[in-house]
Amino acid sequence: MDLNNLVAEATKEWKELIKGDTPAVFVGNATCGRSAGSMDVIEAFQQEIEKQHIECNVVEVGCIGLCYLEPLVMVYKPGAPLVCYRNIGTKEATALVDSHLIKDTINQERLIGVISDTPQAALPELKDIPVMKPQVRLVLQNCGHIDPNNLNHYIANKGYSGVAKMLTLQPEDVIERIKESGLRGRGGAGFPTWRKWQFCRDAKGTSKYLICNADEGDPGAFMNRSLLEGDPHSLLEGMIIAAYAIGASTGYIYCRAEYPLALVRLRLAIQQAEEQKLLGDDILGSGFNFHIKIKEGAGAFVCGEETALIASIEGSRGMPRPRPPFPAIAGLWGKPTIINNVETLASVARIMQNDPAWFSQYGTEMSKGTKTFALVGKVQNTGLIEVPLGISLKEIIFDIGGGVPNNKKFKAVQTGGPSGGCIPAHLLDIAMDYDSLAQAGTIMGSGGLVVMDEDTCMVDVARYFLDFAQKESCGECAPCRLGTKQMLDILEDITSGKGTIEDIELLESMGDGIKKGSLCGLGQTAPNPVLTTLRYFRNEYEDHIINKKCTAKVCRDLKYYDILPDKCTGCHICFKACPTNAISGTAKQLHQIDQSLCIKCGMCLDKCPVKFNAIECYAGNKI
Amino acid sequence: MCECLETIFKKFKGKEEELIPLLQSVQEEAGFLSESAMRDIAKFLRIPQSKVHGVATFYAQFRFKPKGRKHIMLCRGTACHVKGAPRILEEIENHLEIKEGETSADLEHSIESVACIGACSLAPCITVNNKVHADLTPQKIEALFNKRMN
Repeated sequence: MDLNNLVAEATKEWKELIKGDTPAVFVGNATCGRSAGSMDVIEAFQQEIEKQHIECNVVEVGCIGLCYLEPLVMVYKPGAPLVCYRNIGTKEATALVDSHLIKDTINQERLIGVISDTPQAALPELKDIPVMKPQVRLVLQNCGHIDPNNLNHYIANKGYSGVAKMLTLQPEDVIERIKESGLRGRGGAGFPTWRKWQFCRDAKGTSKYLICNADEGDPGAFMNRSLLEGDPHSLLEGMIIAAYAIGASTGYIYCRAEYPLALVRLRLAIQQAEEQKLLGDDILGSGFNFHIKIKEGAGAFVCGEETALIASIEGSRGMPRPRPPFPAIAGLWGKPTIINNVETLASVARIMQNDPAWFSQYGTEMSKGTKTFALVGKVQNTGLIEVPLGISLKEIIFDIGGGVPNNKKFKAVQTGGPSGGCIPAHLLDIAMDYDSLAQAGTIMGSGGLVVMDEDTCMVDVARYFLDFAQKESCGECAPCRLGTKQMLDILEDITSGKGTIEDIELLESMGDGIKKGSLCGLGQTAPNPVLTTLRYFRNEYEDHIINKKCTAKVCRDLKYYDILPDKCTGCHICFKACPTNAISGTAKQLHQIDQSLCIKCGMCLDKCPVKFNAIECYAGNKI
Repeated sequence: MCECLETIFKKFKGKEEELIPLLQSVQEEAGFLSESAMRDIAKFLRIPQSKVHGVATFYAQFRFKPKGRKHIMLCRGTACHVKGAPRILEEIENHLEIKEGETSADLEHSIESVACIGACSLAPCITVNNKVHADLTPQKIEALFNKRMN
């Protein structure tokens, strides 16, 4: 099969859809859209279109990343620009059919922006709105624009042209191109991709393996999910190119079972690519064979570590082994193996579809290209973003993210998940690249950015991550197995008011020991959240230990609830809500909390009607 | 050996590397991994039972008790944590009168916590039989369980 025939056919279909004579409605239907009700929205559109007897395509697309505005809908009318709407529920969808599709009136209230070839004077361009402006979408270029279930949409947008180009080159030249692009691994450590490939290319042996790590385990990160759900063929194309470069004929996608939709779309994409001879035996008639199999992860964070992931694919407990030999020399079944992250491989596809210089024009000297981040937590505009490396953190959080909601004060941002650390407010100007982040004591990680405000307790955050690391420790080596447990015990003492000032030093020396003594990346990085919070928020630890106070009012033993006498009307609601009968008082009389019975669950505060606001939470303990 | 296991085994070659997919298929079908199912898997793959147990207990996905008809997965990701997931869990536990990791006696509900659902921009969130419920508050939990679950 010739790719050119496919391209001609695909381009025709694509042009007809986005520039043709039939109107179209595009509904964002990734996991984020679905949880906001996009499945119902699709149905509402279909029903109304049928009822009104008009012709209109309803297309399911991925997520453009503006998760806080879900469900997202784009409407195309022949001759007019594509209009992007936010928060479209079933009611709004039905109304849009009449107002936009029939009467050509744009719903200004729900308008985000338009996508057009020629600037529209009256309407804002989607790419110019504050959230989008600083972004450069290379990896995510198709997400939210194409139907992930339609191979033609992908092909019409340069899809698989990277594979066609690759087939005209020698494997060494492909590696050379990736070297020129400056691409570094997007999974965490940032090792140059080409160098890893070269090791494997040079390794002896005829059977080699390529593994894509799609076991996105960092809590607070969903970049890979979004890409797999919105543009699965990008990953397949990247994998074909990587396999060609290193000389592998079998590849595995190790994807977590918690991503059911991503798995469905990946399976379909593999089937479509195989049918068109883009994958499988004799790819595009070149004689190059490459097969992809999916392995569902079973829920183990440590499997993000290369050797543990390999053990898991082999059917064993996901426990790492000492290196060397590195997987590039002896990996899966003892054969040379390359493990790359989803975003790395999708970047490879883009680099080959375009050229290395196109990719390396973005970013900094040492960190080239773009990076996707999941911007979540206490930030106005949550969602998935892609920015050039080297952009300042401030720009991400305040320009793109729109700052912290409810007029709260920004406190810190956590990067790199449980292996990373917290960056405090005074370092907001830091450039987001591998080396600057390492200097600040954290890592780029896979791209989770969790924003924290004044209501977040940094000691509790450190405890949370340690609890996670301790549970996920595979138990193989003692520093990690016993060390994380010890550190967690100390942190639990501190958050429950039983800490001593010597604990701080002990945490620091233990953290240092665990980093040096652990076998794999999990243990070597597990103390990072504690060490960075100790570095930047030591006063909070001291407050917990010395003053027995949690200023953020998070740690249960270091806060209390009380009823304000001048506001309580004796409505009796809190009395009924209290699970421990700690509240006393009769109807229409002032109520009181018995602190000795109170378990500080906060239910009384939640239930107290807003018009009274008679219950307050205070830091410390009532004397 | 029950018939359903035989049907599942037919889809596999009996190689050791198939252990995890096999456990996943059996759990998908039966809802959990019983002692006898794991014994049969060991026999089928010709590996020691200890290996099957070792692998099954290592991964968070596998459960050894049946799950409820309404299976609730609570996200414990970072974004959910800072936005109040612990409080949401407490509210669910109070409502259903079971704890995390438990199944109610009538097999109606079960609660499980997972590392991250990947819907971080909609934190805090849970899934009920794989349907995501996002942006939760204790009040919303109350409404959700009163309306749909009882």
